[in-house]
Amino acid sequence: MPEIWRMILQLPFYLAFALLLAYLSQQPAYQHQDPGHALIKLSLSHAGEHKEECRRLTPEELAELAPNMRRPISCNRERLPLLVEIVLDDNLLYRAYLAPAGLSRDGESTVYKRFPVTAGTHTITARLRDSNRLEGFDYEHSEAISLSPQQNFVIGFNADTGGFIFL
Amino acid sequence: MRRALRSVFERIDRFFDIAFTPAWNPMQQLGALGWFFYWIVIVSGIYLYIFFDTGITQAYHSVEYLTHEQWYAGGIMRSLHRYASDALVVVVFLHLLREYVLDRFRGPRWFAWVSGMVLLWLLYASGISGYWVVWDKLAQYVAIATTEWFDSLGIFGKPIARNFLNHASLSGRFFTLLIFIHIAAPLMLLFGMWLHIQRHMHPQVNPPRGLAAGCLIMLVILSLWFPAMSQGPADLDTVPSIINLDWFYLFIYPLLDHYSGTLIWAVVAGGTVLLSLLPWLPAVRKREVAVVHLDNCNGCARCVADCPYSAISMVPRTDGLPFEQQAAVDPSLCLSCGICSGACPSASPFRRRTALIPGIELPAFPIQAVKDMILSKTQDLAGNNRVLIFNCEHGLDLAAAPMTNFAQITLPCVGMLPPSMIDFTLSRKYSDGIFIAGCREHDCNFRLGNEWVQQRLARQRDPYLRERVPAERFTQCWAGVSGFKQGLSELEVFQERLARLSPPARQSPESRLRDGKNAECANA
Repeated sequence: MPEIWRMILQLPFYLAFALLLAYLSQQPAYQHQDPGHALIKLSLSHAGEHKEECRRLTPEELAELAPNMRRPISCNRERLPLLVEIVLDDNLLYRAYLAPAGLSRDGESTVYKRFPVTAGTHTITARLRDSNRLEGFDYEHSEAISLSPQQNFVIGFNADTGGFIFL
Repeated sequence: MRRALRSVFERIDRFFDIAFTPAWNPMQQLGALGWFFYWIVIVSGIYLYIFFDTGITQAYHSVEYLTHEQWYAGGIMRSLHRYASDALVVVVFLHLLREYVLDRFRGPRWFAWVSGMVLLWLLYASGISGYWVVWDKLAQYVAIATTEWFDSLGIFGKPIARNFLNHASLSGRFFTLLIFIHIAAPLMLLFGMWLHIQRHMHPQVNPPRGLAAGCLIMLVILSLWFPAMSQGPADLDTVPSIINLDWFYLFIYPLLDHYSGTLIWAVVAGGTVLLSLLPWLPAVRKREVAVVHLDNCNGCARCVADCPYSAISMVPRTDGLPFEQQAAVDPSLCLSCGICSGACPSASPFRRRTALIPGIELPAFPIQAVKDMILSKTQDLAGNNRVLIFNCEHGLDLAAAPMTNFAQITLPCVGMLPPSMIDFTLSRKYSDGIFIAGCREHDCNFRLGNEWVQQRLARQRDPYLRERVPAERFTQCWAGVSGFKQGLSELEVFQERLARLSPPARQSPESRLRDGKNAECANA
């Protein structure tokens, strides 16, 4: 077969390959999130209180310990799980007990969650309990916010600055 | 299903053979094309890195500069970088599918198969991390989805997706880590590619120049016609809603929006493990591996040069014969193709004083058995167009051909046929012609059998076919399993040609008896 015919026969292959690369490298477009929605991200990392309070050892208990280990205060390492609630316009969006990290359950409790919501004005309430109380919460923050479409709204937490942070 | 896929591949092969010639057939160059696309990605990547600014805010602008201000060089390089990466994915998956369909992944070939699975992960790590560094909206989506996916493993103390919470949370150090991953992963991929071909003798890592030039021109034209663009700067205070994904690399990401990350991990990890175990599900039933007969091995190393899988090496002599070295077979690498016995100069059927035992051969398919078959199968042929077919058990089979006056000897690979066997058959008048039928050209089941036969018969590779063998009395047909029609037609033409030639004198019953006795002697 003459070389020129061969080259002409090759053209459809190169064209098809090029079209495949051009198309699938960008199309079809993917809708990751409804354009009319905003996204609320809850991200916090906080250590709950110790499960048991520290106590002073009795002289008998101290005497049983090796001389170099005789610390008068004994603290159990284990921490309490956090109870976190997010309420959006009186609807419970999220509620969970977050276990502390670590084999001894002595680390921080962490959560990272995403909640797509319709854009518009909403009242968001965030609550957190980190103590062994049975009712109520140790931290609470509520705010009316206006979410624009595709907005990324973050609910963070920092106990040192007073608790929840709405960003 | 595999049979149907094989038929599809062979049909595509036939079309490409016509358009590209067998030597340029892209379907038979998939591995080499993979290497070629990889080098394009590396060269274009180095160029881009020269102008790329690794800062969080500067990264996007430096890529935009390359794309728009320097479109004639940087823009083309960026597009080449993307399209060659995508082309790499295409040829890699075709390569994987082809090797599976043609059953070229079991036995000693498990190493290339399993290392290929590791390469898939490295390929995706290289490609996906590349989309992060542009730091446009697609990068933002990929970075967040990827880190959330990793967080689902629960191996990090705090979720790494927190690094992308908002504008303030992204640290320059973390961004530098992403860039480091995009450089380290392709380097590891290169190392893996090198390992992948370690068990191959004469691995083909460069496609034919014409095919390479065609692909490069196609990619350049595509880069000019449809340049790769960014999708607007990343903004962590917003969420990209509609994204133009590169489906070659990011096809799994939409699934993360519908299924849990752990489930997707289970699917991809389980799929990889399952694919990696395929060579043993079930394990191939292999012939006994080649054995070395030291009495007939003079350490010439022709078998070492011809073994396609580096299964033979030369080691110091152990039997006291006056040669420096001897061949040694590594059973874990030997595919029992017999190409080594085709290369052995002592595999000559003309030997009369000693038994026909070459320096190396397959115990289940000794060279003496080939000679015996020549004698027995040609016995009933008559006329002046008697044809003896040597075919490969993985290639063209003409046993069902409607014409008469031919006999067929099936070998594990036609590369197992010593050229002296052709000389013997023709010079002793056991047939009027020899028809060699094998796998499709450049698609030998054992990689190099076809090539070595062609070179031996063309007197370009040792052991050479002797000059006295008339060229018009032997022919080759590389039609493959599905090429029955083509083989039939070529056999018909060959028989007609032989009939027109002046017939050689027939083998006298006495000399046939003599050759037979030699065979018996050898068997004894």
